[in-house]
Amino acid sequence: MTHQILVTGNAAAAWGARLSSVDYIPAFPITPQTEIIETLSGWINNGEMDSHLTMYESEHSMITAAGSAATAGVRVFTATSSQGLMYGMEMIFAIPGWRVPFVLVNVSRGLASPITLECDHNDILAARDSGCIQIHCSTCQEILDSVIIGYKISEHIKIRLPVIVNLDGFYLSFTREPVEIPEQHKVIQYLGEYNPMNDIYSASAPQARGLIVLVGSQYSYFRYQAHLANLKALDVYKEAAEEFTLQFGRNYSVIESYKIDDAEYCFIMVGSFSTKAKSAADLLRSEGWRIGLIRPRLIRPFPSEELRILLSGIKGAAVIDQNISFGKGGILYTEITSALYGADGNYPVTGSFIGGLGGRDITIDEFIVIAGEMREYVQKGKQPDTRLLFTEDELQQIKKIQLIAGTENS
Amino acid sequence: MSEGLIKNIKDLAGEHNLASGTSICAGCGALETVKLFCDILGKNTVFVNAAGCMTLLAIYPFTPFSGSWLYTAMASASAGAQGIRDALDILIKKGRLSAAEDLKVIVLTGDGSAYGMGLSATSAAIDRCLDFYYLCYNNEGYGNTGHQDSAATPYGARTATSSSGAGFIGRKKDLFSIWAAHKPAYLATVIAAEPMDFARKVETAMKIKGPKMFISLAPCPTGWHYEPHQTVSIGKLAVQTGIWPLKEYKDGKVTHTKVIKEKLPVEEYLKLQGRFEHLFTPEKNLVLINEIQSSVDQYWIDI
Ligand SMILES: Cc1ncc(C[n+]2csc(CCOP(=O)(O)OP(=O)(O)O)c2C)c(N)n1
Ligand code: SF4
Ligand SMILES: [Mg+2]
Repeated sequence: MTHQILVTGNAAAAWGARLSSVDYIPAFPITPQTEIIETLSGWINNGEMDSHLTMYESEHSMITAAGSAATAGVRVFTATSSQGLMYGMEMIFAIPGWRVPFVLVNVSRGLASPITLECDHNDILAARDSGCIQIHCSTCQEILDSVIIGYKISEHIKIRLPVIVNLDGFYLSFTREPVEIPEQHKVIQYLGEYNPMNDIYSASAPQARGLIVLVGSQYSYFRYQAHLANLKALDVYKEAAEEFTLQFGRNYSVIESYKIDDAEYCFIMVGSFSTKAKSAADLLRSEGWRIGLIRPRLIRPFPSEELRILLSGIKGAAVIDQNISFGKGGILYTEITSALYGADGNYPVTGSFIGGLGGRDITIDEFIVIAGEMREYVQKGKQPDTRLLFTEDELQQIKKIQLIAGTENS
Repeated sequence: MSEGLIKNIKDLAGEHNLASGTSICAGCGALETVKLFCDILGKNTVFVNAAGCMTLLAIYPFTPFSGSWLYTAMASASAGAQGIRDALDILIKKGRLSAAEDLKVIVLTGDGSAYGMGLSATSAAIDRCLDFYYLCYNNEGYGNTGHQDSAATPYGARTATSSSGAGFIGRKKDLFSIWAAHKPAYLATVIAAEPMDFARKVETAMKIKGPKMFISLAPCPTGWHYEPHQTVSIGKLAVQTGIWPLKEYKDGKVTHTKVIKEKLPVEEYLKLQGRFEHLFTPEKNLVLINEIQSSVDQYWIDI
């Protein structure tokens, strides 16, 4: 029977893997992901889960093994975060070319340097161009459900690409929320028994994988195939989400939109802080604003068309990036504006705000300031410069400790 | 050993599991190694490859292997092998693959990977008692990228990055001892120029479960600068001069499988190879040659 329990985002990810009946879990620990592999290991050791977990000595090895086991015909789950994802990045880019399915959960954490354990999205966005599909979550329920939907997409005959499900370190990984745990047999019914298709090595049917090509035309052919498969995942996602809604009742469109129908203004962002954007929108609406939220769940493939439809007629959109591309600015902002540029239609003035780096809070007050600024720019009819969400008070605090420690030259 | 199927050199010609006509250099000692390994091991194999010269064996859309192949990366072939071994075991256990379809999992890497970038993943695979074969063909340099020095390059050899009069000034890493310290199920040095010793060792390993490690000295005409037809004679000289000791590690004990009573001087081996030419011209560098000779002598005294 379906039941609801209070679980962390990490436990929700583990539940997603458990309910999907994964066969194999290559693992390596990193804060804030560790709880996922410890939970799975616990279930395996006490007999609640029929799966095999192997501890690797690095994420580079762990991700290699995730891919290689998938080429051998088992359903694979793995998880990492931050430096771990970066350490395995060679394989994150290599394995989509093997065209094998698995789900990797990334628990977002800011990248060194300086070292931090707290969340931002530079880790996951570094994998943007790898060929892996990316689903970004904002609640614990969504994490569990996205792992299940992830397998459905990843294993689809037209896709066969790894899916990365992203959740925010600390804000989701360690936050307990009520989560509905679907029944195992229903999940199996939804996913089907694992079908390895051609991904199997056996004595009677040898296969060669990951070969070298010696000419650019062959390389281009395979790279573009992976690109087309990734694009195709948009439709496959929609089908998978629809079927999920029928089975389990919860609805996951490629872009979540909140109070957008009549909106003149909107926030655009991914991840758990978007839940605060909703509260801010509610507050602003109580003061007469027509404002809402647009939250892409899929970052790869990028839902350009769906975004254009939602943004059509909106006057001002504030893109809030919890990441920074040094020398350019917000990555999501670049993605959003490139989807709008040159398109026919009536699109908003877009503002770029960088916030929440290294887990720094984005306050409701800041959302309100952002909305006010967007209104000014709409009135002026011009795109604002990129802004960092950072207060004078924070700056003074840093100056103060620098002074105490004597770290800054005058 | 007599209990194996391969009793003499003629038996080795029985089965061929690696097709010819690959894009590998003429006279490649590594290719000889791989060929011999495939022939002895049989068809039911999956090779997990790390970046190196042998990556060019399987070029899309052809593979010379009778069995399966997966290219992984330079650092993580051993992890790739673990993933496949684990997957095969899971499938067999859950009844999704019949035991008759099972495969031997073999890592195929060069020395650059084995002695350097891949060492951590391999060490961990041995720690986990992975049931696999690990074949390092050792051409004593990063061959595929033009023969720069690796941790397996011998003292005094010239490489693309050690072109001074002294050649490579580092010392070859003792990978055999490093692996032996991990207590693998089986470990041996081999060379294709001594096929009977090679075959006996692979046959021995085939009866053992766990990590089965091989380091094969692989004379490389392109990187060592000699004529392709000399590969076998140079290989034999590596053994006869005592430079490449043939040995195995089993049940916690190291045994030398070919003890040369009258070792030839190392010069005989060195002078055939362009990478050591600076030891002989414009004049003989006796200091360096003697240094190499005494380190070989010392090895055989110490064992
Ligand atoms: C991470 C990474 N760095 C560098 C390379 C480039 N590379 C390809 S093959 C190779 C040399 C490998 O040397 P070795 O393992 O001895 O094999 P060999 O080429 O001698 O056969 C290098 C450095 C690579 N493929 N991957
Ligand atoms: S460079 Fe040496 S090891 Fe590489 S293929 Fe040529 S001969 Fe063989
Ligand atoms: Mg080499």
